[in-house]
Amino acid sequence: MGAADLQYLLWLVGIATCVKVLLVPAYHSTDFEVHRHWLAITHSLPLKEWYSDESSQWTLDYPPFFAFFERFLAIFASWFDPQIVDLVNGQNYAVRSVVLFQRGTVMAADLVLYWGLWEIGSGLSRMRRRILYLVVIFSPGLLIVDHIHFQYNGFLFGILFLSLAAMRDGNDLLGGIYFAALVCFKHLFAIAGPIYFVYILRHYCKGPQKIARFCIMASAVISIVALAFGPFLYHGQMPQLMKRLFPFGRGLCHAYWAPNVWALYSTGDKSATVVMRKLFGVYIDRPKAGLTGGLVGDFTPYAVFPQITPIVSAILVIGSMMPCLVQAWRKPVPNAFIRWVVYTFTCGFMFGWHVHEKASLHMVIPFSVLAVERLEDARAFLFLSVVSTYSLFPLLFESKEYPIKVTLLLLYALVIWLNFSQLFGTSTKDSGDLKAKAASNTELNVQETVKPLIGPVEGAYLGGIMVIEIYGQCFHPLFFGGSFPFVPLMLTSVYCALGMTYYWLDQLHMVLSS
Amino acid sequence: MLEFAKEARIWRMAEEDETTVRHAYKESPSWSWPATTSMQRKFSFGAICGFALLLRMMLSLQPYSGAGVAPKYGDYEAQRHWMEITVHTPVKEWYVNTTNNDLRYWGLDYPPLTAYQSWIHGRIIHALEPAAVALNTSRGHEDARSKFLMRWTVLSSDILVFFPAALAFVSLYYKLAIFEEQAWALSMILLQPALILIDHGHFQFNCISLGLAAGAAAAVVSRHELVACVLYSLSLNHKQMSAYYAPAFFAHLLGRCIQRRSPVFGVVKLGIMVLTTFTICWWPFLSSRHSALQVLNRLAPFERGLYEDYVANFWCGTSMLIKWKQLFSVPVLARLALGATITAALPSMVQQIRAPSARGFLLAMLNSSFAFYFFSFQVHEKSVLLPLLPATLLALEEPGLLQWLVPYAVVSMLPLLRRDDLVLPYFALLALFFLLLKCPRHFEYKIAEDKLIKIFRAPILRNCSLAGAAILHLLYFYVQPPPRYSFLFEAFITSYCFAHFLVLFIYANCKQWYVPGDGQWVSSSKKIN
Repeated sequence: MGAADLQYLLWLVGIATCVKVLLVPAYHSTDFEVHRHWLAITHSLPLKEWYSDESSQWTLDYPPFFAFFERFLAIFASWFDPQIVDLVNGQNYAVRSVVLFQRGTVMAADLVLYWGLWEIGSGLSRMRRRILYLVVIFSPGLLIVDHIHFQYNGFLFGILFLSLAAMRDGNDLLGGIYFAALVCFKHLFAIAGPIYFVYILRHYCKGPQKIARFCIMASAVISIVALAFGPFLYHGQMPQLMKRLFPFGRGLCHAYWAPNVWALYSTGDKSATVVMRKLFGVYIDRPKAGLTGGLVGDFTPYAVFPQITPIVSAILVIGSMMPCLVQAWRKPVPNAFIRWVVYTFTCGFMFGWHVHEKASLHMVIPFSVLAVERLEDARAFLFLSVVSTYSLFPLLFESKEYPIKVTLLLLYALVIWLNFSQLFGTSTKDSGDLKAKAASNTELNVQETVKPLIGPVEGAYLGGIMVIEIYGQCFHPLFFGGSFPFVPLMLTSVYCALGMTYYWLDQLHMVLSS
Repeated sequence: MLEFAKEARIWRMAEEDETTVRHAYKESPSWSWPATTSMQRKFSFGAICGFALLLRMMLSLQPYSGAGVAPKYGDYEAQRHWMEITVHTPVKEWYVNTTNNDLRYWGLDYPPLTAYQSWIHGRIIHALEPAAVALNTSRGHEDARSKFLMRWTVLSSDILVFFPAALAFVSLYYKLAIFEEQAWALSMILLQPALILIDHGHFQFNCISLGLAAGAAAAVVSRHELVACVLYSLSLNHKQMSAYYAPAFFAHLLGRCIQRRSPVFGVVKLGIMVLTTFTICWWPFLSSRHSALQVLNRLAPFERGLYEDYVANFWCGTSMLIKWKQLFSVPVLARLALGATITAALPSMVQQIRAPSARGFLLAMLNSSFAFYFFSFQVHEKSVLLPLLPATLLALEEPGLLQWLVPYAVVSMLPLLRRDDLVLPYFALLALFFLLLKCPRHFEYKIAEDKLIKIFRAPILRNCSLAGAAILHLLYFYVQPPPRYSFLFEAFITSYCFAHFLVLFIYANCKQWYVPGDGQWVSSSKKIN
């Protein structure tokens, strides 16, 4: 960890920032207005009204630390252009100054990500660390979600990295504090709560002073939570806050099905309905707007398959986590912790209630730390990052960003393939490029032994992505014109869900065998 | 001679391998560009091209020249209008004032290849979005879809012409360089900010004419002189500005012919290639003397004055001291400009006729295009792209030149880019260029270690120059100029850039004479070391 590494990190950061600046005029989603409105809420209203304000449909529904963060940004926003923080006149205000300001805050917030990367990289060898920087900073998922679509995920992953780095180095108290803070920023990260709890209980709270240690940890975490929620508790806003944070009115699947088991389940239900009707003449009382329901509206009850309630979903999430929880209970070793956290995020994504496709970043970004360490993980990472990025494609539906997202994905896959194949000395082709081998004898010994980065199954699957994309872009409009616009989306979702399931099973195997 | 050059290069490479490169790898065995196998190398070139493409795509999101500025708009509208005219009117009328083709509204003023290119692009857009190129009714047509299509006409031209030319040049001229050097040279050519800003931001098709010129240069350095003639003629037929390179091509090819056993036969062969290419390009307009002259007349806009807006050339750069435009009439100025241009280009021509060499040729390209940029008539600020191309082609040989020329070339276009609302990408690409210069690499610029380059390396000089540029930027963006001189800061920027260019021009001329012919310079640089 010398000056040279810092220089290298800053160099990459500089290049990434230039790229982000060029993306300023790109499409931004309604999330842009959401965050602008939150600036206005936190700036114009007293704290006790933050979570009860309804002056716009974009009500504040992130935990208090994030609200404080918005309050902090609002100070600069009011200097930059007072209309940004105007509760009424600022609504749908999207002129150049707001775009510049908000995009700028995302780039500036990413500094936390770079800090986190620096910390987590300190435990790796020099080459792996540098590849890790590259892999995370240029992650197309982060670029698409944060710098085009518009969200603040980068700095949250920075905090996660800080926490993971502390845990890996054995500093459980600090790791726990960072994690508590992270959850107070965005409660979606709470999905890793169980593994943190079990691990800390077994790894930190042991030995002769285990009760004391438990108390220290508990008081640290509680004071963080109190810092976040205390002011709202004082104003009697807790019930309202909780209602905002956990809106159970929402359905199992988001408007665009996240590629998880529920996408497969829903597809199974739809097909079963059709099969029943066609084969057996059983007409099932389909709920209104059955097929499009999952995409346009919110929650549609299933016609054939049993209904899924939040409890079922929660049980499945916890159930699928059990292997790693049991392992953490039995043998709490710091080395395996990052893998367990990534695995719990995977479970949350696969079985969670109302999961967004963006949540796949939660498993991809931390997984990159594992990917630079072991060939098996590098292979899984290459596969996962392509699937996850591809599943984010529907977020950017305008044609002007289309070439950018495709190039981002291909370029990223190419660059990490180059880096990983260099790092692990793998060959590109399993069959072997005889000419290339003959050309340079020195390469021979490396090429023979190791497994390729992309195996036949993965290769075939990734090729399939291309087929799906070409169908959605060319053949579908050609055959059906403008009708059934949801079919390509559904195909994308279901196909990616297959890939995600494959990845999840692979990770389950890894967790069980480690 | 060629064998000499190759040997010298091989020898140099071998030496470099043993000293700097291996040493560097030993020092930091941890990280290098990840490419050891031939396939990884190919893919690495692909990655560089991919990144260059990504930057261009992101530039396409930005505004273009004259966006939403009725009634005349800007270069975007000019290109769109040419597509409209070429698609809907017969070839004979393209350069003629007719009821459907009002030459006062962005009349076609580039040679026929541009017209054909507009026709092809116009056909494509006509098939996809007819309203965008509809005759007469489409003036000022701007919407998201047509912008996307128009942007793609430039992107595809870049991919089809400039990228292959850059790859060909690197693989031919830097054949004997190590992989990392080649990769760096390629990225300097493809990631040069000025070209990206003008083509994909401002909106023009310089990638075609410059790509053809780069292809011609690749053919010259690899001794495929007939191919070079064809490619260069095509470049000239796409944009007449490529004539900036004419002295270099002429002198170098003449010099090569003189060295042969039968010089006349060589010259005739090349002449036939040039004439054939020109005849094919001009075929539809050669039916009569009149129609050919009409096209020619469109290409030489003498009524438009000595220079346009703010150009960092001699006439504009010194206009604060001498009011050229007021002192002389247009015909006198035109003659003055011609004389000055020829005088400035002469030294490098003489050098190439006497001792033609690959490296000397590229320097001559730089010098002659600089001469034209400084002194010729009707120069645009965008014409700085012409001296930039040979400077990027020489990236490995003349890194000092590149480091100084590229930033100031970009700065010299700041007034134009500010008008186009491209300030943000201007800073982003400029920063990116400086970062790329700092790219972690395992090779040293060995060749650059001579007396002359030491001047460029002096930190005090660089810091002063950069500080001056920073102050100019601050003034330009934050200070209101006095009302009497509302374009004072533009003039400052112009003069400041011109001063830098002039030094670089003198340096490049010295360099060209300092390097007498192929193969000898290695030993001379060795002595200095």
